[in-house]
Amino acid sequence: MKLQEYRSKEILARHGVALLEGIVASSPAEARAAAERIGSPVVVKAQVLVGGRGKAGGVKLAATPAEAEARAAEIIGLVIKGVTVRTLLVVPAAEIAKEYYLGLILDRASKAVTVIASADGGVEIEETAKTNPGAILRLPLHPLIGLQEHNVRRVAFFLGLGPEQRKAFGPIMRGLHAAFMASDADLAEINPLVTTPAGELLALDAKIVLDDSALPRHPELEAMRDLAEEEPSEIAAREAGINFIKLDGNIGCMVNGAGLAMTTMDLVKLAGGEPANFLDIGGGAKADRVSAAFAIILDDPRVQAILVNIFGGITRGDEVARGIVEARASLKRTVPMVVRIVGTNSVEAADILRQANLITADSLDDAAAKAVAAALAAGGGA
Amino acid sequence: MSILVNSATRLLVQGITGREGEFHSRAMLEYGTPIVAGMTPGKGGQSALDGRVPVYDTVAEAVEQTGANASCIFVPAPAAPDAMLEAAEAGIPLIFCITEGIPALDMLGVYHVLRAKGVRLIGPNCPGATSVGEAKVGIIPGDIHRRGPVGLVSRSGTLTYEVVQAMTDAGLGQTTCVGIGGDPIVGSNFIDMLSMFNEDPETEAIVMIGEIGGDEEERAAAYCAREVRKPMAAFVAGRTAPPGRRMGHAGAIISGGAGTAESKRQALEAAGIRVADSPSQIPALLRGAGVR
Repeated sequence: MKLQEYRSKEILARHGVALLEGIVASSPAEARAAAERIGSPVVVKAQVLVGGRGKAGGVKLAATPAEAEARAAEIIGLVIKGVTVRTLLVVPAAEIAKEYYLGLILDRASKAVTVIASADGGVEIEETAKTNPGAILRLPLHPLIGLQEHNVRRVAFFLGLGPEQRKAFGPIMRGLHAAFMASDADLAEINPLVTTPAGELLALDAKIVLDDSALPRHPELEAMRDLAEEEPSEIAAREAGINFIKLDGNIGCMVNGAGLAMTTMDLVKLAGGEPANFLDIGGGAKADRVSAAFAIILDDPRVQAILVNIFGGITRGDEVARGIVEARASLKRTVPMVVRIVGTNSVEAADILRQANLITADSLDDAAAKAVAAALAAGGGA
Repeated sequence: MSILVNSATRLLVQGITGREGEFHSRAMLEYGTPIVAGMTPGKGGQSALDGRVPVYDTVAEAVEQTGANASCIFVPAPAAPDAMLEAAEAGIPLIFCITEGIPALDMLGVYHVLRAKGVRLIGPNCPGATSVGEAKVGIIPGDIHRRGPVGLVSRSGTLTYEVVQAMTDAGLGQTTCVGIGGDPIVGSNFIDMLSMFNEDPETEAIVMIGEIGGDEEERAAAYCAREVRKPMAAFVAGRTAPPGRRMGHAGAIISGGAGTAESKRQALEAAGIRVADSPSQIPALLRGAGVR
């Protein structure tokens, strides 16, 4: 789960990272009031979870409260990569002498929390990695004892910080690490970390991505979820315990298992269609969960056919088939359904499905082809 | 021969009295897996599976009483890291953790402690392993297999079953099928399993099932080009997955443009491995490589 900039900064500030406290605003009037309270030139920043907001006009300087109000009016309602701006962060404008990148990630290859640092800040680290990989330090921390002082010094020297800034850097590096560990993050980054002409070291922007598997033990972080920026169907799916990601196609997919769900999407594409979603219904495929999954898929008006692919394994295929037929009976809207069930009692399953006028398929390739054909026949094109 | 588990395996099931643990233990026992002990704190002295398996309070006691040499873990995510550490402390050399949803930072410590002890961990968030006709540990359905010359390693669950079924239907049997798990931090990687298959005299060919996220497939491809002379076929799931989204498995995410299916496919093909567009093509690719 990604946290908004203002939430990320809130967490970093709590762990002693030096930054300029901002004020959250959700209207031009609030932005004006925030600028008045700050009492100096401010930057008005769109709070969205997508990248590239600066280029899209979502970050603007304002010299006076009146200007802050005007800039806020321009930014609120702006659509950045499909996301409508609703919230702003108003922060004191800082003078920048130099920009750095400082991040922590959970590195899968080295199996360690790893510091990523670069003296080329302000741009995306992936960009620097492509254009100038030598400018990036990757420093895996000891997995059991964590961040040590020699690690902190190594990063500070790598960034070329002077003696005064090295002193200021310690609390920032340690605070970022403490925030990462305390919130079970996947990623915590400060970009840019800046030095001001006066020699101060400050975190100007921050991003924290949390490990979803750890969220159950962090209700205070779960409460920071920005529901306004999520697909309503994805919120409904999460509540029903279903793994669902909305895509742009017209063929809905309902599958058990994440790997098989991805494969089903891939085969729809290979057969000339476009998948409307990723959906992993999980183990068992019980009738209530199947109903919820159908409702979520059909909520997207573009969906013109549904492909159900269940590898029953130990589960009995006829039970799954009955669950699907039952669930379908209670739907508000119906579209052609291609159902493939593999596993124990799959022959009985196919009988049940055929009697209910569902299209059956033996193989996954065949199921994908039939779903694409059904969507075409329903008038949608591929 | 096979890898990881066989008829000499003496299996302990941690969480045997739970719903999942009991259900799958029954299936393992029916397959012929020697389950010698169960473990649930507070239920020591009882027995599980209709009196067929004695239950102990601690792993240490189970090992002492039964000589268990492998463990399969079904306990819920908050308790699973501790369960893995307890098994390792008690001297179990091979641990399968089926549990899904363990926080990655918890796994970091477990990973390094187990590695330092020389314990082989498979998973977490994995379906386990089946050595066909010998033993099955985990949740892979037993009846999809057929004994034969192909070793299979995968990051997935039901997708593994799909591929195994396609092979069995085509008359291509397996030595061992193992799922290494879909989490970012797992105990064993592709290379660990590939090197075991490479040294197993009965495994004549290898199938590798990857998915988006991380660079394990790319590393495995480089390893195969260097070390593996057995015929191979592969499949990579997630060609249509959007970047930046976690596709069900915690580890299945394209981040910063890295970990795409295309990059993995290219790396595998550059290593001379045939990559299928669909799981159904795997048997033909193996046949094409001379596997009978």
